[in-house]
Order: sequence, then C-alpha cells, then structure tokens
Amino acid sequence: MSQKLPEKLINEKGLRLDGRKPDELRPLKLEVGVLSNADGSAYIEQGKTKILAAVYGPKEVHPRHLALPDRAILRCRYHMAPFSVEERKSPAPSRREMELSKVIREALEPSIFLEYYPRTAIDIFVEVLQADGGTRCAGITVASLALADAGIPMRDLVCACAAGKVDGTIVLDLTDVEDKKGEADVPFAMMPNTESVTLLQMDGMLTPEEFEKAFNMAIEGCRKIYSLQKEALKAKYVAIKEAVEE
Amino acid sequence: MTTSTIVSRVKQKRIAQLLAKGKRIDGRGLTDYREIQIETGLIERAEGSARVRLGKTEVLTGIKIEIGEPFSDVPNEGVLTVNAELVPLASPTFEPGPPDENAIELARVVDRGIRESKAIALEELCLIPGKKVFIVFVDIYVLNHDGNLIDASALAALAALMNTKVFNYEIENGEVKIKSGYKQLPIRNYPVAVTFAKINNQLVVDPWLEEENVMDARLTITFEKDGKICAIQKGGSGCFTTKQILEAVKIASEKSKELRKLVVKA
Amino acid sequence: MLPTFFEKREIVVPGDLLAEGDYIAGENTFKEGKRIYASRVGLVDYVNKKVQVVALRAFYVPRVGDTVIGKIIEVGVSGWIVDINSPYTALLRASDVLERGFNPRKDDLTAIYDVGDMIIAKIAAYDRTQNPLLTVNERGLGKITRGQIVQITPTKIPRVIGRKGSMISVIKKETGCNIVLGQNGLILVSGRSIENERLAVMAIRKIEDEAHTSGLTDRITEMLRKEKEKGVRKDESKTA
Repeated sequence: MSQKLPEKLINEKGLRLDGRKPDELRPLKLEVGVLSNADGSAYIEQGKTKILAAVYGPKEVHPRHLALPDRAILRCRYHMAPFSVEERKSPAPSRREMELSKVIREALEPSIFLEYYPRTAIDIFVEVLQADGGTRCAGITVASLALADAGIPMRDLVCACAAGKVDGTIVLDLTDVEDKKGEADVPFAMMPNTESVTLLQMDGMLTPEEFEKAFNMAIEGCRKIYSLQKEALKAKYVAIKEAVEE
Repeated sequence: MTTSTIVSRVKQKRIAQLLAKGKRIDGRGLTDYREIQIETGLIERAEGSARVRLGKTEVLTGIKIEIGEPFSDVPNEGVLTVNAELVPLASPTFEPGPPDENAIELARVVDRGIRESKAIALEELCLIPGKKVFIVFVDIYVLNHDGNLIDASALAALAALMNTKVFNYEIENGEVKIKSGYKQLPIRNYPVAVTFAKINNQLVVDPWLEEENVMDARLTITFEKDGKICAIQKGGSGCFTTKQILEAVKIASEKSKELRKLVVKA
Repeated sequence: MLPTFFEKREIVVPGDLLAEGDYIAGENTFKEGKRIYASRVGLVDYVNKKVQVVALRAFYVPRVGDTVIGKIIEVGVSGWIVDINSPYTALLRASDVLERGFNPRKDDLTAIYDVGDMIIAKIAAYDRTQNPLLTVNERGLGKITRGQIVQITPTKIPRVIGRKGSMISVIKKETGCNIVLGQNGLILVSGRSIENERLAVMAIRKIEDEAHTSGLTDRITEMLRKEKEKGVRKDESKTA
C-alpha cells in the first residue's frame, strides 16, 4: 500500500497540511526513565514520530582493543523497526541507518565528559517505532535525555530539530510527506548554552539566504525543545516531591 | 570503526601556533586547496572514469552503466547509485571488509551532491517506461588517503560523469537492443564539495591528513553551478558555532567556483 | 553578592547555569570561564563558595577506602574478578586472602570464593590507569552468608545513612536488622526474621524514591511503625 502524495503542502492561508504555521513545532511528548533494564532511557513522540532511546554504560569494553586509554568510547545504533514505515522495512541495517548512527553519535559526543571514564564504552540505542519525518533529530533529543537519565555527566543537553523548504516556504519540523515532496531538509542539533552546532546536514537546494533563514528557524525550534527536555528530566522528581511534601 | 591516529603533542602545538598566525604546516593559507590534478578516461572498460589527485590524496572513480528496472515510485527515471570503497592499500587505517560508516558517509555525501543538484537528468535515462531504465553506477575507489576524501571523491565523480559515454540502443519488440556507437551522458549541473576542518576554533579548507587527525570537527558544503547549496554534512565529534557555519557557507561559495573551473576544463 | 541562579535543594539538570563568579565547582558541576554549570540531574547546594549537585541518579565510581558489596564473577589464576556495580570490574588478589602466601598448585581458589558468591570488601587501590583493587583483610569483610541484598542508586546511600546516622539508626531500631551499606549502592540487610528484613527493604526503597524530599526521616519512622502494627494485628487475628 503506498499513500498518494498530496498536491499542495501549503494552503492559501499559509498553513501546512496538519494545520501548522511554518515556524510551528509538532506536539511533543517526552518521558524519561521508561525501561527498567537500561541504565538510562527515554521516549519521545513528535507528531506521529515515536522513538525509544536507551543507554548502557559506562562499562568495560569488549573486545579490549577497542578501548581508549584516556576516555570512554561512544557507540550508537540508530535502527528503524520493520513496522515503523509505510512499506515494511527489512530489519537488516541499511546504509542510511549506518550513516544516521554515525551522525547521531557525533551529535551527542561533544556533550559528554568522556574523559572521566577511560577504557569504558557508553552504548546508545535509538529505536524508531514509528517514522513520520525528523527521526534523526527526535532521536538525538531523546537520546540526550536517556544519557542524563543514566547519570552520565554532560556539559549540556543536546536538542535537535529540522527545518526546510516546502512549496517555496521555509518551515520548521518537517513531516515525512513534507520531506519527500519539499525542496530541502536541514537536520540540525545544538548544545544551547554555548550555541554549539553538533549536527548539521542538508539535502535539497537552497540559496545561501534561504539556508540562513532555515538555520535560524531551527535554532529557535531547538530552544523550545530544550525547555521541554529539562521539564521532562525534572518531572518524575517534581511529582514525588509535590505528593509527599504537602 | 575509525581508528584515530595519535598525533604527537609537539606537532599539535605547532599546528595550533601556525594557525594562530594564519598559516599551515605545508605553507598554505587557511582557504587554499592543495594542488589538484584531474585525469579522465583512464579505465577504458568503464563507461566513464576519472582520477583526482588532491595533494597526495588519490581517488579513482569509475562509472558503469547497466540496464535494469526502475524504482516503483519513479518508474520513468533512471537510477543513480553511488558507492565508495576505502581500499586497504590506501591507508594503514583502512581494514578489508564491507563498507564501514566512513565509506558509507562518503558515498552518501557525494551522492547527495549529484542527486540534489540534478547533475544527471535521470528522466532522460528511461528506456521502456516502468520496465527498463539505465542504471548509473558511480564507484569511488580511494587509492591514497592523505586527507579530505570527500572533496577529492566528489571531484572525481563529477569528472568521471562528464566523461561518461552511454551506448546507443533501440527498442525492438519491447526489448532493448544495444546498437553500435555512443553518446555522452547528459550532464546538467556541476556540484562541487568544499570541506572545512575546525582546529583550535579556526576553519581551514581542504584539511590534509595530519590536520584531520587533530581537528575537532569537519564541515562539507556542496554548491551547484548557480550558487545554490545542495548538500551539507557536519562530521566529527566536535562542534561549530553558528557564526562559523555561516562564515563557512560564504567561503565555500567562492571556493566551489574555483574548483568547478578545473573540472569543466579537464 | 555574587549571582546564583537557583534555590538550595532545587532540582537541576545538566547544562543548568548554577552560579557565575568566584565560586568553586563542586561535585557534579563544571566550570567554564566564570560560570558553573550542573553536569548531572540532582539537587543543587551552595555551601559558602562551593557549588555542588547531589546527583539523583549516577553510577558508582570507586574511591579508595570505600566499603563495597560485590559479586564474584570470575575465578582466575591468582585471584577473583568482582562485579562491584561500577563501570569497572574489581580485582581481589589471592594473596590478600591467603596470608601464608599463595601456591597455585595447592590452593583451590573456588573453595574460598566461587562464582556467584557475594562479598563485603574495601577498595584498596584505584586510579585512572587500572581497575580497582579490593581487600577483605579486615574485620567485618568477607563472604556474605545470610541476609538479603538491596540495590539502590549509589548517590542515595548518604540519604540512607541520614544526618549523623539518624536515618539508618531509625531503620535498625524499628526492624532490629543488621545493615551493611556498600558505597556502591548495594545494601546487606540481615535480621532475625524474613518479616523484619522485608520492613527494612521497604524502608530503603522508600528512601530511594523520596530522597530528594524533606521530612523523610519522620515519614519512614511512621511507615515502619504502621507496618509493624499491621503485622502484629495479623498475628493476633491468626491466633484468635
């Protein structure tokens, strides 16, 4: 079954297919500490995209020759469940999943104090349960929470959001349809305290001015996601505190 | 898995000191490319080929054209597929085996440049709509790794494509029959990748191997012929400031024009 | 007054700016320029010029002198490898246990400690270049033969102890159990009856959940008394 792609992505009122304004994020739900076995875990729903992230470690590396003498190594696996997309995806890792595993790892690495734990490994697993665009960004957002949940010391949280161009308009947080039919997609991630960009990719065609506009829109989107991430980390503790300390 | 080569602290310091003065160990300016040599047509068995030497980095790209089935969602378009191999003889850090994440990333970034700029008019590669199309295989073969494989590979891929001949054919009873003679593969755009390394908070263009071993992060920006950006890829475990990104876009726009002249000439 | 940005005991998360100026970066914080940020989720505390975060979740990093509870996971030629619930496994040398010197041909190490045994030990040595070294050569250390083991997140062990031992003495008094606290988050509870041990475990779990709140000692005392009353009434109704 393949869906028919709609004709127009932005209507006369300037609204998108799901009713959003160009610079609006999809509804976001974040939950921390959802798996009991993992050292840290978190779950995200961004529109229809649903992703689960888990962290194991730091723990000793096997085989030993992979270990670094002065810091921990970071390993990341981005994987899509076979039922996560319209047409069933084979469980075998695809080239796209391998590239995304690499860029997600590189997006999170600058935030972790790897040098505190020599000769160990920190493993991050990002499982896409349902994909509707923006999976690598949502994956970074939720993996950052899982790392904090695991008690791994970090410089800052990493928040991520994609911007792009659809029907000639620069938009924020593209859905799958917007990405497929649009003119450009710019996945972006940063550590907000120092405005350090840890992920930046682009495919499509943008003039340098359009790129700058999309870039700035992504930065704004990330700041909103950052405050939601912080709330999610505190949520569990705030709830208990309020319940017992009347 | 990438194995990072450990660079001596003395060397790291020297690289940093020189950079602070706007210089690099090999005497280049911060935005200078190494010497570039492009040769085409060296592999006669391939439908197209090119070898690029970027300083001591050497990449050979071969193009093979086959007849195959189109993808179901674009039944009237030819197929482009880009693959890269980091051949073990090219570097002590390359291991034999299936493409690792670096080879895959390299192939996909070069692919993005060609695909998004629509350098190949894929609609013109349809033989029997929905049934038979031309498949263009771009195979990137890294022969010597001395830094900046992405830019060298992108140049080699573009030069090879510009050098590619497609065999003539005719349709007989719903079958594709190959005739004698060739025609050039129609190339509509000339995407050029420009890669930066961030070292000690400074950007340098076309990092060579020793610079890559000490860099914090890498940024590749691909421009097409009319000045639009068609691909961007940040790599490495460090980060860039937002200002550095916008600055890199400006520099890359200029440098891509310089590089494009070299390829179109070759 | 130098700027601080949170109230004492407020929950902070990695990246939160805690203070700016001439402060000292304490536990679970880091300094960049003149700014001090949190590096873990926890409760921030400002003590004179030091800014620190009591982490709500963290794993155990060995410190020389700590008492830990571990599990033997491997018996080697000259010692045992011990899981101490830390990123690093620990080593217990045979020479530490066998005072008269160790003879690999005559001494069967599995007879002393075998895979699966739990031990109470102390961290004898540890630095960045090697795994932690344990010792059992002290009173109160050695193989665990009875009781239950509870595991909580290591950063909450101080809460189980309480200020000047106030919390741990409440638990011991109300349940009559003997409690050994491993700094690595493992706690050995041994009492005269399973029921007593269950109460102690319950109290420890509640402390773990509510460690970041105030008035906890009182609530634990109340909870234990209520549970004991329930137990007494149950017994009475059984015999009646």
